[in-house]
Amino acid sequence: MSVLDSKVPKGPIKDKWTTYKDKIDLVNPANKRLIDVIVVGTGLAGGSAAATLAELGYNVKAFAYQDSPRRAHSIAAQGGINAAKNYQGDGDSTYRLFYDTVKGGDYRSREANVYRLAEVSANIIDQCVAQGVPFARDYGGLLDNRSFGGVLVSRTFYAKGQTGQQLLLGAYSAMNRQIARGKIQMYNRHEMLDVVKVDGKARGIIARNLITGEIERHSAHAVVIASGGYGNVFFLSTNAMGSNVSAGWKIHKKGAFFANPCYTQIHPTCIPRSGDYQSKLTLMSESLRNDGRIWVPKHMDDVMAIREGRKKPTDLSEDERDYYLERRYPAFGNLVPRDVASRAAKERCDAGYGVNATGEAVYLDFAAAIQRYGKEQAKIQGIDNPSADKIYELGQAIVEAKYGNLFQMYEKIVDENPYETPMMIYPAVHYTMGGVWVDYNLMTTVPGLYCIGEANFSDHGANRLGASALMQGLADGYFVLPYTIGDYLSDDIRTGAIPTDTPEFDEAEKEVKDKIDFFINNKGTKSVDYFHKKLGKVMWDKCGMSRNEKGLKEAMVEIKAIREEFWKEVSVPGGADEMNPELEKAGRVADFLELGELFAKDALAREESCGGHFREESAEEDGPQKGEAKRNDKDFAFVSAWEYKGEPADAELHKEQLEFNDIELKQRSYK
Amino acid sequence: MSGKGMNLTLKIWRQKDAQSTGKMETYKVNDISEHMSFLEMMDVLNEQLIASGDEPVAFDHDCREGICGMCSMYINGEAHGPDRGVTTCQLHMRMFKDGDTITIEPFRAAAFPVIKDLVVDRTSFERIQQAGGYISVNTSGNTQDANATPISKHDADEAMDAATCIGCGACVATCKNSSAMLFVGAKVSQYALLPQGQVEAADRVKNMVAQMDLEGFGNCTNTGACEVECPKGISLDNIARMNRELIKAQVK
Repeated sequence: MSVLDSKVPKGPIKDKWTTYKDKIDLVNPANKRLIDVIVVGTGLAGGSAAATLAELGYNVKAFAYQDSPRRAHSIAAQGGINAAKNYQGDGDSTYRLFYDTVKGGDYRSREANVYRLAEVSANIIDQCVAQGVPFARDYGGLLDNRSFGGVLVSRTFYAKGQTGQQLLLGAYSAMNRQIARGKIQMYNRHEMLDVVKVDGKARGIIARNLITGEIERHSAHAVVIASGGYGNVFFLSTNAMGSNVSAGWKIHKKGAFFANPCYTQIHPTCIPRSGDYQSKLTLMSESLRNDGRIWVPKHMDDVMAIREGRKKPTDLSEDERDYYLERRYPAFGNLVPRDVASRAAKERCDAGYGVNATGEAVYLDFAAAIQRYGKEQAKIQGIDNPSADKIYELGQAIVEAKYGNLFQMYEKIVDENPYETPMMIYPAVHYTMGGVWVDYNLMTTVPGLYCIGEANFSDHGANRLGASALMQGLADGYFVLPYTIGDYLSDDIRTGAIPTDTPEFDEAEKEVKDKIDFFINNKGTKSVDYFHKKLGKVMWDKCGMSRNEKGLKEAMVEIKAIREEFWKEVSVPGGADEMNPELEKAGRVADFLELGELFAKDALAREESCGGHFREESAEEDGPQKGEAKRNDKDFAFVSAWEYKGEPADAELHKEQLEFNDIELKQRSYK
Repeated sequence: MSGKGMNLTLKIWRQKDAQSTGKMETYKVNDISEHMSFLEMMDVLNEQLIASGDEPVAFDHDCREGICGMCSMYINGEAHGPDRGVTTCQLHMRMFKDGDTITIEPFRAAAFPVIKDLVVDRTSFERIQQAGGYISVNTSGNTQDANATPISKHDADEAMDAATCIGCGACVATCKNSSAMLFVGAKVSQYALLPQGQVEAADRVKNMVAQMDLEGFGNCTNTGACEVECPKGISLDNIARMNRELIKAQVK
């Protein structure tokens, strides 16, 4: 039944990538000048790919809906980027990063891709330092590292709490150098609205100029989609307001299979929602779990007292607190992977122990860290018998140096000082491991159409480890795609420029224009956000942190109903030939309304729990792992790749069987 | 919360497109929670406008967590509004009180022409960075090891402080001369403080400053308003460093 060929090279896993690179076809420098490549999205994956392809000599056209490539949402990544440098001498290696990533992904990723990712991780750090990325350093002038969840080594490189920003500015600077040379043509404030296929190959896109509303045709010999994740299908997420699935969904409708849509990462440490007007959720970096301890009150009367304002969290003594992660997972404690930490928070809040008015918040407490650092500093500074105030002052200074910008961000939003009272946090949708299916070359099921970064599915399985998104985005863009795309383009050196005055472009453009005309003329009664919020609620309630058969079946029916209502009742003010943010949103929400249904269908078909996908029917029933997710390797060790067949509910499943030759399949235990 | 929120009068710059003449329009929003962000208040206004068949107010925004630099409103005469160290998306309604009238304009500068309503064109910043805001290193996978050149923590930290600039343009909007020197100074400083940036340092500062002048940004007269309004606290020292770098480059 499967038509999927992952094209993983033969040979030992350690040699696959090197041997493969030695043998694939190259395009000579003179011929590269004859080849055009379109890159959609300018985050870490798209930005690094665009810059590198242009350095190699290809003519690159890059597209971003923002007014500058530097504003893509990679910019908001806070904590860090993993690399197997072993600078700390704590036993790290390529194999260990590979192993941690496969295990962290709950054995649902493709071994060969992950190994390659681990292999090039060290190059990324070298490259970024050469570009002038100001990573944090220690007093000896060498690079500093921190720890992230799900691992037992310190391999995370960081630039304060703004690592994504600094890495993106690095890629952006590399792009700028190529824009100045004329090797990248940059299309800011442009949105891709469809891909154009000629003779089965991706040969261009239709894009809308978001300032003038003009519909434009752009051709190329290959198209690279780097448009990020689809977390905004939940309406509320940590994604940017404009983050969307449209590029990925449009190519899905033109033949690219969509893999594992139900694998969503719900991040444990976000600021809880405060009201119905909420437009997005804000992440507090996972790095905070290096020093913060997560707890709720042990006793229900304390919970009530806190909610009613009769008690403050700081009034509770140590033995009145339940440090539930440390209790349940002594080996990893507060640094368990994200899916595990999120479910544990939900478990406590569902049991009634949530500490805010909505009952959906737990504490993240730095008091112990302030004490520990304060005492350490007093010793370093030779202060004998320091007073409690002095210890606090010294400790607070260290915490501020490490996390100051995050604490400030928290205080601005919540209006509470997190040095004095514990932060309140709750899980929120953050990242989507699922995405467009790609082979080892990062090519989709459509020839000449590539997908990189968060938009594809390949490296994180059912759960991504912290600080691995930046690693994957840059690995794909700097070090993988620029090689693999050459193998495909070597056949195109005599093709010549792709004309845009062809029936294929006519047809794609007409489809796009018809949809825009529909929105402008529909004159419905409800705004786009009305539908988006409604969809988000179904997704959160029925496809969120835990899922069951009944809920998922209901979700499919409800999402379809919302979609039908959307096409009848949506109201889009303004015109087509001008800047029109509501029109942009309408197109994006229309795609979310289709993706959401496929998401639920995928979750329904996967009758096991793995990583971020927790099926209530599939949990350990007894023993030390009672209540933990129960994976089913016998029946579900495969990638679900869905083929579009008209309606999301009719999508056809193709399975890519996952083979584990270098890692033994085990239950993921962080106890 | 409902029923206890603030009632506000909003005076907002409306302009159909770059060619049209704009003007201030007055709107009312009611029952605004103090916990809302400023942009969530704008969402409420826009939903209200859509419901009544009017065109919503166009404004730039994206990450809504103070890092992408997309949001750009001039609120009650201040870039990003009355709070310090925040972008507009991080500004919360608790900074205002019931009955307030709030004036909302786009960032104003000749080099930032209005595109629509509160949306301005900041591509002049792009061109300045394209003039030299990079280190010329190709992607190869065999650059030297990241730890081969130790960099003093102090320099690395200072470079990072300069690099935190989000390119929002508040410095320009705030400056009475519409100067972009805080922005350019930050970019020049990041590289000037790092050994990797030394090779191209002279050309970089000369080219970036030349492009800045070409775009029509004004000069710096040391008022310091930019530093006060900068959401990321970029220091005026960066302008001084840029000027030193420029002098060094010119006498070379």
